[in-house]
Amino acid sequence: MSVKEYRTITDVKGPLVFLTDTEPVAFGDIVTLRMADGTTKNGQVLDTSDDLVAVQVFEGTAGIDLGTGVTFLGDVFRLPVSKGLIGRILSGSGKPRDDGPEIVAEKNADIIGAAINPYSREMPEEFIQTGISAIDCCTTLVRGQKLPIFSASGLPHNDIALQIARQAKIISSDDPFIVVFCAMGITAEEYNFFVHDLERTGALENAVLFVNLADDPAVERLITPRLALTAAEYLAFEHDYHVLVIYTDMTNYCESLRQIGAAREEVPGRRGYPGYMYTDLAMLYERAGMVKGKKGSITQFPILTMPGDDITHPIPDLSGYITEGQVVISRELHQKGIYPPINVLPSLSRLMNAGIGEGKTREDHKSVSDQLYAAYAQGKELRGLVAIVGEDALNERDRQMLKFADIFEDKFLRQGRDEERTIIETLDLAWELLTNVNTKYLVRLDQKWIDKYHPTEKKE
Amino acid sequence: MSDEGQIYRISGPVVTAIGIDARMYDMCRVGDEGLLGEVIELHGDKAVIQVYEDTSGIRPGEPVINTGDTLSVQLGPGLLTQIYDGIQRPLATLEEKMGVFITRGVDADGLDMEKKWEFTATVKKGDEVSEGDTIGTVQETETILHKVMVPPGKEGTVESISSGEFNVTETVCTLSDGSELAMMQRWPVRSPRPYIRKHAPNIPLVTGQRILDFLFPLAKGGTAGIPGPFGSGKTVAQQALAKWSDAQIVVYIGCGERGNEMTEVLTEFPELIDPNTGLPLMNRTCMIANTSNMPVAAREASVYTGVTIAEFYRDMGYDVALMADSTSRWAEAMREISSRLEEMPGEEGYPAYLSSRLAEFYERSGRVETLGGDDGSISIIGAVSPPGGDISEPVSQGTLRIVKVFWGLDAGLARQRHFPAINWLQSYSLYPQSLDPWYRENIAADFPEVRTEISSLLQVEAELQEIVQLVGSDALPIDQQLTLEVARMIREYFLQQNAFHPVDTYSTLKLQYAMTKAILTFQEESKKAIAAGALLEDVVNVPARTTLMRARLEEGYLERMEELVGDMCSEIQAAAEVA
Repeated sequence: MSVKEYRTITDVKGPLVFLTDTEPVAFGDIVTLRMADGTTKNGQVLDTSDDLVAVQVFEGTAGIDLGTGVTFLGDVFRLPVSKGLIGRILSGSGKPRDDGPEIVAEKNADIIGAAINPYSREMPEEFIQTGISAIDCCTTLVRGQKLPIFSASGLPHNDIALQIARQAKIISSDDPFIVVFCAMGITAEEYNFFVHDLERTGALENAVLFVNLADDPAVERLITPRLALTAAEYLAFEHDYHVLVIYTDMTNYCESLRQIGAAREEVPGRRGYPGYMYTDLAMLYERAGMVKGKKGSITQFPILTMPGDDITHPIPDLSGYITEGQVVISRELHQKGIYPPINVLPSLSRLMNAGIGEGKTREDHKSVSDQLYAAYAQGKELRGLVAIVGEDALNERDRQMLKFADIFEDKFLRQGRDEERTIIETLDLAWELLTNVNTKYLVRLDQKWIDKYHPTEKKE
Repeated sequence: MSDEGQIYRISGPVVTAIGIDARMYDMCRVGDEGLLGEVIELHGDKAVIQVYEDTSGIRPGEPVINTGDTLSVQLGPGLLTQIYDGIQRPLATLEEKMGVFITRGVDADGLDMEKKWEFTATVKKGDEVSEGDTIGTVQETETILHKVMVPPGKEGTVESISSGEFNVTETVCTLSDGSELAMMQRWPVRSPRPYIRKHAPNIPLVTGQRILDFLFPLAKGGTAGIPGPFGSGKTVAQQALAKWSDAQIVVYIGCGERGNEMTEVLTEFPELIDPNTGLPLMNRTCMIANTSNMPVAAREASVYTGVTIAEFYRDMGYDVALMADSTSRWAEAMREISSRLEEMPGEEGYPAYLSSRLAEFYERSGRVETLGGDDGSISIIGAVSPPGGDISEPVSQGTLRIVKVFWGLDAGLARQRHFPAINWLQSYSLYPQSLDPWYRENIAADFPEVRTEISSLLQVEAELQEIVQLVGSDALPIDQQLTLEVARMIREYFLQQNAFHPVDTYSTLKLQYAMTKAILTFQEESKKAIAAGALLEDVVNVPARTTLMRARLEEGYLERMEELVGDMCSEIQAAAEVA
């Protein structure tokens, strides 16, 4: 491949550069653009034909003019990977951001990543203890799952993500998680908060950070998560690490996607987001999982803020269709001063059933979790009725359920930012709280678990 | 113009070739690596090709070769128990050839070309055979006898035929005109396979799911749509149908969905036992898995690949159930390709031909008289994933215009952990009319009347609930309070069904009928008791009713039914006597 530099740019539009009169250029090729002052930018070929080549520039098109030199590198975008990544902080396009040296590549991995053959996947079923009762008991996370946090502006999703990063562990083994942290368009303040916390707890030594801040080019955000996942895949599937990927904020990623779509004059889908956003998000989320014959795993914890707290907005909606459940953060609970303000009712873990029960957590887990759901849901619904007809109009059963909902929020959901509860502590706590309701109303509990675990009614 | 041209332009999965002589839907080999693609548009001397694999690194000027064939599947013994990608490449073979990650440029036959099958001839020399006739059989799996048929368009006198061990391409039969028949046929996926005529749908597809079978039944050869927001249980419902419906063959298309879900099906099905045959469910199942991160063009094709395989088994005279999860992802694949083609978009960016494509797909269902003279059927059950759960969007609407059964999933019910979360007020089925004679004859003479009674109770409950929301239930007259109790019993005892419980996951029609009769008996006895002066609380809280309801989770429930209902009646009567 000749390394020719072309100066045939005809149009520059948003993040896109168009040029003509090139030799055949491969689709997906990486491009270097050299400006008059000698600085360079990177881009990628989005559309190629004999007549016209469209290039998407990752660092934004500021400073590019028709005289800018364009070189096609004849390869797709690759990230140099090695175990040396661990403990490093890199920019959104993979350059060192700390004071460390360049990454010495053990290999250069294609960042797009191939799809895992569904036939080669292994069913995720190992329980991850996060130490947060609401998650461990009600929306259990398992190794290899992708479970997003659906949050909104002004809510403490970052604290929750950090607490999970700190506390997540597999009960049956001591292997630590490697945290791959991917920041997309977050503010410097948020970034500092993350880094300080990771430093404070010593977690930074076992983490890789990819950072694209709010004032970095928007289009770079499209590759940041792909770099992070490429690093995660390398560590998981070639070095047997269990990797926890946290990315924040997916909403900024989708905004960038829309920005590029608009610049390319594509036909927009719902709310202006491109029609292929589902596929694009799937290319990220589906890179979670476990694979036959490999020891490592990738668990994903994407954070997204729902615009206007609206769960039907395309970003949470399409995410929910791909991910294996969701953890929903509630403004109402937050305003009541409850941390973590996780609303368990719309939250869900699709892989929960595979990861709980005897030998994994405890035999009564499913039963207890169902009962908590049912009782809390009823209690919460009754709050609306009480507002109209008053508490006196309730019967005994309803009064107990109503009270239970308050206790559940106050004692079960609420916990300290550094408080780590084991799953056994969580389940015991649940039983203790359930003593506030007469057992004849607890129809979801199996009698045999009542006999064994109920604090006041068990039969020794 | 010739069979070989060259690439002019590449834009994602859409490649434009020049200098090539092509017809619509011809298959082409694209680029130096020979990636598989299909012609989807012609523009003067340019042919637009959708490519089924990733196109990174391909450049203008590379060759494009027209194979002259259209996208076809290989049909023959060996389809069952297989799991394919969207263009019928076995995923196990792909794993062997390229490891756990799917790369590109690998060809794989849909059928095992080496494997020898025991072929038993069922016609002899001199017999006249015509298209669709069975010339022999192969025991494909323990449960399924595969019929080797004369391909459509062929007929003649059998010149020679022999039983024995053959692979799928070896000639098993020669006709007098010299044509040689092997066990394998090829068929272009976009054309429906021929049949003689369609029958009226008058046999139900029994699924063992109470709310579906009893209130909103699907006929064999019918079509159903399941729209619902995420987390409402679409996939669990589809999987329950794939497990328990009384079809002989199940084709499951995982179209643009989660990888782990396909893994779940793959690990679970070989261990699950078919209640109708007592053998593993995998024996009757063929799966197509094109997950959300696999190439979109292959996702577009996956639905056609699946339905063609279904038609092949229908032609053998089997009842086939086809699940497509999810048709929305299929529609999105169409949208993506369409936008790359810069076509004028219809609603929400979907191509204007979306609804006609949906209609064509569902129209390949039906109970038919096959070319061979048998009866076979394809029932199509399509999941729809409407954005935000709002079914006013084009895919849901396009689907509802065609399908005869609508199973509407409800996020509210799912949140209350009421499963299956099918909303009984919104859902409908247009089949009861034509199925009722079958129910009267095979289950119970008053089956349709019982159904009407149950659904009107649910309707009345919904009206009463509106009043209860305002004034509380105590303000209602006693008979209406009883109605609420009866409706609650219908919901909690009959409509809720635990797909993960070994017994509760499947109910026979006879049991479903017995359960509803038990509910109506409770209503009737309670009315009498209350008229005789008993308190509502006393009637409702008789222990025998709780026992009756709990016992549904135990084996042998149907046999104990009479006794349990009897106990309940005598306790209610006793309550009246005390009063």
